[in-house]
Amino acid sequence: MAKLIINRLLLGILTLFAVSLLIFLCTEILPGDVASAVLGQGATPEALVIFRKELGLDVPAYLRYWNWLVGALQGDLGVALTNKRVIVDEVLPRLGNTLFLAGFAALIAIPLAVGLGIYSAINEGKLSDKLSNIVTLVAISFPEFFIAYLLIIFFAVNVELFPSLSTVSPGMPFGERVYQTTLPAITLTLLVAAHMLRMTRSSVLSVMSTPYIEMAFLKGAKRGRVIVRHALPNAAAPIITVIALNLAYLVVGVVVIEAVFVYPGLGQLMVDAVSKRDVPVIQACGLVFAMVFVLLNTLADILVILVNPRLRHRR
Amino acid sequence: MKILGHKPTASAWFGLVVMGLFVIVAIFTPVLAPYPESANIGGTWDEPSAAMWLGADQIGRDMLTRIMYGSRMTIGVALAITALSFLIGIVLGFLSAVMGGWVDLFLTRLVDVMLSIPGLIFALIILGVFGSSIPVLILTIAVLDSTRVFRLARALGMNLTVLEYVEAAKLRGEGTWWIIRREILPNASAPLMSEFGLRFCFNFLFIAGLSFLGLGVQPPYADLGGMVRENAAAINFGMMAPIYPATAIALLTVSVNLVVDWLLSIEARPSGAQAEL
Repeated sequence: MAKLIINRLLLGILTLFAVSLLIFLCTEILPGDVASAVLGQGATPEALVIFRKELGLDVPAYLRYWNWLVGALQGDLGVALTNKRVIVDEVLPRLGNTLFLAGFAALIAIPLAVGLGIYSAINEGKLSDKLSNIVTLVAISFPEFFIAYLLIIFFAVNVELFPSLSTVSPGMPFGERVYQTTLPAITLTLLVAAHMLRMTRSSVLSVMSTPYIEMAFLKGAKRGRVIVRHALPNAAAPIITVIALNLAYLVVGVVVIEAVFVYPGLGQLMVDAVSKRDVPVIQACGLVFAMVFVLLNTLADILVILVNPRLRHRR
Repeated sequence: MKILGHKPTASAWFGLVVMGLFVIVAIFTPVLAPYPESANIGGTWDEPSAAMWLGADQIGRDMLTRIMYGSRMTIGVALAITALSFLIGIVLGFLSAVMGGWVDLFLTRLVDVMLSIPGLIFALIILGVFGSSIPVLILTIAVLDSTRVFRLARALGMNLTVLEYVEAAKLRGEGTWWIIRREILPNASAPLMSEFGLRFCFNFLFIAGLSFLGLGVQPPYADLGGMVRENAAAINFGMMAPIYPATAIALLTVSVNLVVDWLLSIEARPSGAQAEL
């Protein structure tokens, strides 16, 4: 089992490496280069030369990639083009904010969705199951900002319970921070829980169609008991994968939600950078997002190996 | 009434009707819209009235008119993206399945790496470098989305290439393209159809989301996601302005999903057991 886990970790590192290469290459596939694209057609040749030098474009691409990668590994993501700030100093607190919001939402969403998903599977075909099918399907089809604005109308405008903008500052006490982020967290919860519920339900149900479950039924065990004692241990692995997949989705969904609630997270930073075409900041944010994404997936795969009873013993 | 030889469920009917309405509106927008696309009729965020059913937007243009033009734009872009994505995904996916070897290895690895970055983040990186214009948007999202189509098409192709009739065609000396077009595509079309609906929904939401972030379709074009963004400030005054375009997005995606859900439930049923649901 240790071998499997080490293999998975190595694969994760390899993926990260490939991802960093891909992110770097994206900025290289321009006809011309970043400098002429950002400055536009009206740029004078002198300005282009200066800007290229500033971006380091006078160095060959493989060297630039190497420097960028080595820098990133040492915690140096370079300097922003627009305001000359050190990128790491901006990324880290914002990453903290984003992870706080995503973690808050996950804390509500995971127990809720997995619980209801299993409940739905137990009651397959009954009214509550059909109802949850329709409700979750509808929730999945809604754009993020639609749910967000509906919640704002209800909880910030009609009943003035929560603020419609989540302003957080570094030294804020924990309780105040939770209060400020409640509305975006609920929005994210609704978005992710619907997905998770459907996937949990179907992974429990797919285990339900196996012969050993039929055997348990034939012995006369009750449906609830068959699901909790017989089906769940084997459905655990797909459920963990589902959770990881949705956590990853959460980290991305956060980008739009942050924009709605003007929440100072990493997503906002990236969107700002894209509209200003600040390439180093975009690359840095992209790399950090991809890292969180790959990390979550690797973690999930390792957990799946750990919960699989068949892999616990040496053969 | 039967569609595709099956009786739609109540929710599928709802989906089909709403989808139909959107298609009609999108095609005949210039005829159906009560006002010109960018005419300033009223004041900022006027209340809904008999003349303006959904009120006015942030600079006094008729909300209903804007939503109609916006739907036309967003649906058109999303359709173009999905069609291109399927073209790329299906061709490469089947090619990968039929040819195998290093072509297959290279393509699957590339797709694996692309899928290990969230699509939105990937799109943001590319838009940040290229700037946002409609062709860049369509191409970027289509390439990103084609990774998912590729996986499905490859899996379907893999199952089909091992069948005897494909083997026979290979032995007859038919070319790769002929086999893909005549043997594999017709047999993989049913699952690809429902996937098309799902991918369309996803791309529709994706483009709306990007426009909402201000990075998708740029003004002066009306576009549903962009309209939500432009009217967002109204929410702080308790006005419904951003809710209307957002509802239009939600209505379309819900109805497409309902129809796809129904189509999938038909496929899942063994043939011959088409009991009414």
